[in-house]
Amino acid sequence: MGAVMGTFSSLQTKQRRPSKDKIEDELEMTMVCHRPEGLEQLEAQTNFTKRELQVLYRGFKNECPSGVVNEETFKQIYAQFFPHGDASMYAHYLFHAFDTTQTGSVKFEDFVTALSILLRGTVHEKLRWTFNLYDINKDGYINKEEMMDIVKAIYDMMGKYTYPVLKEDTPRQHVDVFFQKMDKNKDGIVTLDEFLESCQEDDNIMRSLQLFQNVM
Amino acid sequence: MAAGVATWLPFARAAAVGWLPLAQQPLPPAPGVKASRGDEVLVVNVSGRRFETWKNTLDRYPDTLLGSSEKEFFYDADSGEYFFDRDPDMFRHVLNFYRTGRLHCPRQECIQAFDEELAFYGLVPELVGDCCLEEYRDRKKENAERLAEDEEAEQAGDGPALPAGSSLRQRLWRAFENPHTSTAALVFYYVTGFFIAVSVIANVVETIPCRGPARRPPREQPCGDRFPLAFFCMDTACVLIFTGEYLLRLFAAPSRCRFLRSVMSLIDVVAILPYYIGLFVPKNEDVSGAFVTLRVFRVFRIFKFSRHSQGLRILGYTLKSCASELGFLLFSLTMAIIIFATVMFYAEKGTNKTNFTSIPAAFWYTIVTMTTLGYGDMVPSTIAGKIFGSICSLSGVLVIALPVPVIVSNFSRIYHQNQRADKRRAQQKVRLARIRLAKSGTTNAFLQYKQNRGLEDSGSGEEQALCVRNRSAFEQQHHHLLHCLEKTTCHEFTDELTFSEALGAVSLGGRTSRSTSVSSQAVGPGSLLSSCCPRRAKRRAIRLANSTASVSRGSMQELDTLAGLRRSPAPQSRSSLNAKPHDSLDLNCDSRDFVAAIISIPTPPANTPDENQPSSPGGGGGASSTLRNSSLGTPCLLPETVKISSL
Repeated sequence: MGAVMGTFSSLQTKQRRPSKDKIEDELEMTMVCHRPEGLEQLEAQTNFTKRELQVLYRGFKNECPSGVVNEETFKQIYAQFFPHGDASMYAHYLFHAFDTTQTGSVKFEDFVTALSILLRGTVHEKLRWTFNLYDINKDGYINKEEMMDIVKAIYDMMGKYTYPVLKEDTPRQHVDVFFQKMDKNKDGIVTLDEFLESCQEDDNIMRSLQLFQNVM
Repeated sequence: MAAGVATWLPFARAAAVGWLPLAQQPLPPAPGVKASRGDEVLVVNVSGRRFETWKNTLDRYPDTLLGSSEKEFFYDADSGEYFFDRDPDMFRHVLNFYRTGRLHCPRQECIQAFDEELAFYGLVPELVGDCCLEEYRDRKKENAERLAEDEEAEQAGDGPALPAGSSLRQRLWRAFENPHTSTAALVFYYVTGFFIAVSVIANVVETIPCRGPARRPPREQPCGDRFPLAFFCMDTACVLIFTGEYLLRLFAAPSRCRFLRSVMSLIDVVAILPYYIGLFVPKNEDVSGAFVTLRVFRVFRIFKFSRHSQGLRILGYTLKSCASELGFLLFSLTMAIIIFATVMFYAEKGTNKTNFTSIPAAFWYTIVTMTTLGYGDMVPSTIAGKIFGSICSLSGVLVIALPVPVIVSNFSRIYHQNQRADKRRAQQKVRLARIRLAKSGTTNAFLQYKQNRGLEDSGSGEEQALCVRNRSAFEQQHHHLLHCLEKTTCHEFTDELTFSEALGAVSLGGRTSRSTSVSSQAVGPGSLLSSCCPRRAKRRAIRLANSTASVSRGSMQELDTLAGLRRSPAPQSRSSLNAKPHDSLDLNCDSRDFVAAIISIPTPPANTPDENQPSSPGGGGGASSTLRNSSLGTPCLLPETVKISSL
């Protein structure tokens, strides 16, 4: 509802001003305010309590008064956590994993839904989310190129000064190791079932999935 | 970190779930943050005015007073609020910074008081938002300049101190450039000034007609011809002094080519050259005409005064920088002159006995009229000529009046700019340095955290608690996140120096010395175990083996070659695949302990928590510390390590 009102008002103001000043247009777009659904609904849809949702929303609203995060802001925020290297590519993939409806902006509901899966979801849900992250073109399969992009993006976050020194083919080797483990039938692509199966066999991964429980 | 980043940290950590399937090593356990009681409202009482805010808001900036545990010092348990005995009006701005992330500068407050409040609350002035930054800086600069003027008026300004071991050349040059530094320089400065004046006056007086003693008929002669010897002696003296000065400057100049090309030296040369040319030119009538022309150049000596006057230099610089305006002036004048001269010529053509004989002849009339001089040696006589003449004078006023204010304002601007340019440059350097420091603070914090982990592993839980207490919950979680990334990629974050060392080590080639056998032995039993005990055993083994700096260097690159060796055999079967992650685990454990072993050395031995291994400061200590100090010399890390461990 808020979104509708917002876009309607912006359309109106656009008609009132015939001059196509680009900066003014951008300013009007940012004035579009998106209000999330009610607290009860969100509480029902996610695994967070009301208090947690309140804290999350306060922080979110402070950062993005308009109620949506676009990709640029997202990249900037993520880059601040990894000052050593270049986090923009990984942030890009992450953004598209968050933005389930592929609208180009992440609303509070998307944000909270994803967080709910990552922090409070079942193992199955988490792994499925991760598969979705790796599957860049969202076709249901992970092939080597997609994995290569993801791994390269992760290594980019490390930056230049690492020990041991990053070699050119480190990401490739990493991808090969991954595919060795995940690709059961060796057909060069990893499906969701292969992925889930392989991850559940690996104790390290299972243990690590419990790591981020208490992030909130 | 910037505003609200703390808000996004949970999301960034959650997003690390995406790394899990790729991680070849188990990720480290999450820091045990005590269960937060949820968000609560804090009351801050500033001189009676109560401000209430969420605790999370204040926690956004953990390196300020309100965001860190420093505010506990101001907590009043009776009233349950934080009491500050400071200005409540200023506090509003400080609190708004926490809320919005932008620090605004109040217009009506004194900038000094604002600075003091910022310093009290632990806010760096560089945080002032862009909207208020210009004004803040201008006011601050004004203040600083006013204070500086007062200070300068109090004490006699001293020039910058010279390094002790400066050569005669450097001292000479400094004496030439800043005459106020020593008495001799000042004397020299005034003497040369005096002689410049004498020379110029002599040139002028030379041409005044002196009345000769009773000569019939009384012929007036210029003084120069009457007293040729006197003037010649004076000229010689001046030229000798100027030549000496020029040669001394040439000797003292740090860069002779640049000095030769500079304007002042050219002026010097032009000032003294006519004399020498005159010496060698024979005094016959043919060339004396040219010789006389040369004497004109002696007037350039007056330009030597520009060394003595900064205003003159600035004038020259202004003219140079106003070249475009001057060019415009000249161009428009030329256009107007040509137009009006043509018109006047054709208007006055019919008249007989007219002065306007040709268009170039009319140029003189046009110039004199446009600059409103009006000598009256050429006047139009026809009506048309008079009309166009008046139009010419009116337009002359306009055309000349237009660029002049621009030039004047340029001069004033450059003059003031000159004063402030140096100060501004210094401030910019400081500002950039501070910003760089703040940025590197986060990276250094993480590297610092890694070193502390090296201490933690071997130390008792007490040490661990001490180290941990220094970092806020936010920092702990952020470092845990970075640690997870390291584990995922099997590479570690290092600083630039270690990186370049490692690069150099790799390029030197592997030196598989006797340490190979020792470390491979150490690795053997270690690969079966998974926790800290084998690391200790390996560390002991490595330390014993690497008791010399050269070997420790060799083992650093030797670890790299080990890495290369292990990577090359392609794993074929599933079992060897399982072995590979373990190998890389052990490899990284080696390197990590190795790094930790070296880094734990700079702390003074008395404070080393390493009770189990008293050999630590001894064996590897001396050599490793020399390795560290000589090759790295990172002063920023050392005091911090001492600080942490001495707690």
